[in-house]
Amino acid sequence: MRDYAIMIIQPAAAMVLAPMLLGVINWVKANFAGRRGQPLLQPYYDLWKLLHKSAVYSSTTSWIFKAMPIVCLSAILLVTFIIPLGFGKTILSFNGDLILAAYLLGLIRFFIVIGALDTGSSFEGMGASREVQFSALAEPAFFIAMAAMARQTSSISFSNIFSAITPQMWATNSATLLLVTAAIVIVLLAENSRIPVDDPNTHLELTMIHEVMILDNSGPDFAFLLYSAALKLWIFAAILVGFILPMNVMPWQISIPVSIAAIFVVSILIGIVESCMARLRLVRVPHLLFTAVALAILALIFTFRN
Amino acid sequence: MWTDIIMVLLILTNMVVLGTSRLRACIRVVAVQGVALGILPLLHSFEWQLLIFAVLSIILKGIVFPVMLSRTLRQLNVWQEESPYVGYGLSLLMGPFALAFSSWISLRLPLPYTIHSTMLIPVALFTLIVGLFIIVSRKKALTQVLGYLVMENGIYAFGMAIAYHQPMLIELGVLLDVFVGVFVMGIAIFHISRQFDHINTDQLSALRN
Repeated sequence: MRDYAIMIIQPAAAMVLAPMLLGVINWVKANFAGRRGQPLLQPYYDLWKLLHKSAVYSSTTSWIFKAMPIVCLSAILLVTFIIPLGFGKTILSFNGDLILAAYLLGLIRFFIVIGALDTGSSFEGMGASREVQFSALAEPAFFIAMAAMARQTSSISFSNIFSAITPQMWATNSATLLLVTAAIVIVLLAENSRIPVDDPNTHLELTMIHEVMILDNSGPDFAFLLYSAALKLWIFAAILVGFILPMNVMPWQISIPVSIAAIFVVSILIGIVESCMARLRLVRVPHLLFTAVALAILALIFTFRN
Repeated sequence: MWTDIIMVLLILTNMVVLGTSRLRACIRVVAVQGVALGILPLLHSFEWQLLIFAVLSIILKGIVFPVMLSRTLRQLNVWQEESPYVGYGLSLLMGPFALAFSSWISLRLPLPYTIHSTMLIPVALFTLIVGLFIIVSRKKALTQVLGYLVMENGIYAFGMAIAYHQPMLIELGVLLDVFVGVFVMGIAIFHISRQFDHINTDQLSALRN
């Protein structure tokens, strides 16, 4: 009974609260700038509005463009069923779900990229090429960081890794955990097109990556993409929180609210980073991602020393 | 545990030196590295002799070297390493491979003594390799001097690994420190600054002519 309750609460919390993360980030940024800002629930209003509009399709697009938002949404929902919140198993937990989650995220990226190319717009093609270039560097960092954690905890599923993290591990192997945290933070910012890599607020700017690829989507399709972007942010924040917080010292009734709170703390930190930093020059972004790869490899080497 | 934290600090400072182009930041980071290494021998055993050497090396590496290097920086008006032979991205990726290589080497290195931390020898070798790499891959003479200091830090760390059993080695290490310091500061920087003023080039190969 308890296990089923956890299994239902985990994805439900992600699905309901994910757009709120974007609202919190906007709220933090507005506060830093001294503005009143949009209401916290604005992302929900946007989604609601978009769902009631009808989609417009250009005559040059094919079925790929129409399938893209659906594939993205369903794949990201699958990933939310894999990543646990706090302590305990999820519906889709199995040994090796690390790999499935990473490749589902890769599938989403692939579909967004071919959807963007399908429009035939050179502008979107440019965004697609940037996305591919940066994710080719962010993905190894993500994989190696996960490999380091898997080696550290001797388990290959998210739920086992999350529950294997204990305060003693922080005392004895703080090096690995710190390096992995740093690498995952950089990957989180890069994968969710946050500020040092991409500016989510710029529209029609030549420097943007993610926003440019979904320029042609409208109506419910665009709502699906916005919602999957919010879920993706939630998932990365949940992975980060799971790698940091020792969850198995507390009972599950506490661990789930604590990790939800921690995910919102992560979004506040993202808001602070966005308010304090400028976007990196495009040629400097690979440098940042190389740093993430190097940190992840160092973490992996540390786990081999133990 | 504290030894391990200092080792992590050493590795991260090495990565920073590999990845930044700003010379002032590099100088500061190398100073931090020197201070961290200076504290290292005091963690295991406390003797007056050790304390004197630790204080000496901290003053030298944490205060004297950075101040002198920063002054040269101001005199030369050179703030950045513009175009190294090996780019910063590649240098950063080189770091983990160097660490892996030194871990592998240190496993096959027969040591006469047991060592406090298994990380000490690989990290010392890693620091040495990074120092050498900086010397080889950068163009500005000042960065090469920094590489020299990093390499020397590696030698010092290596000495620390067995210093517990052989106090003489510490003394020799510190003596070597002082010698290297005087040599580097006195001769190299002087020549470099003179050459920079006269020839006005930022490539070391031009110094030969």
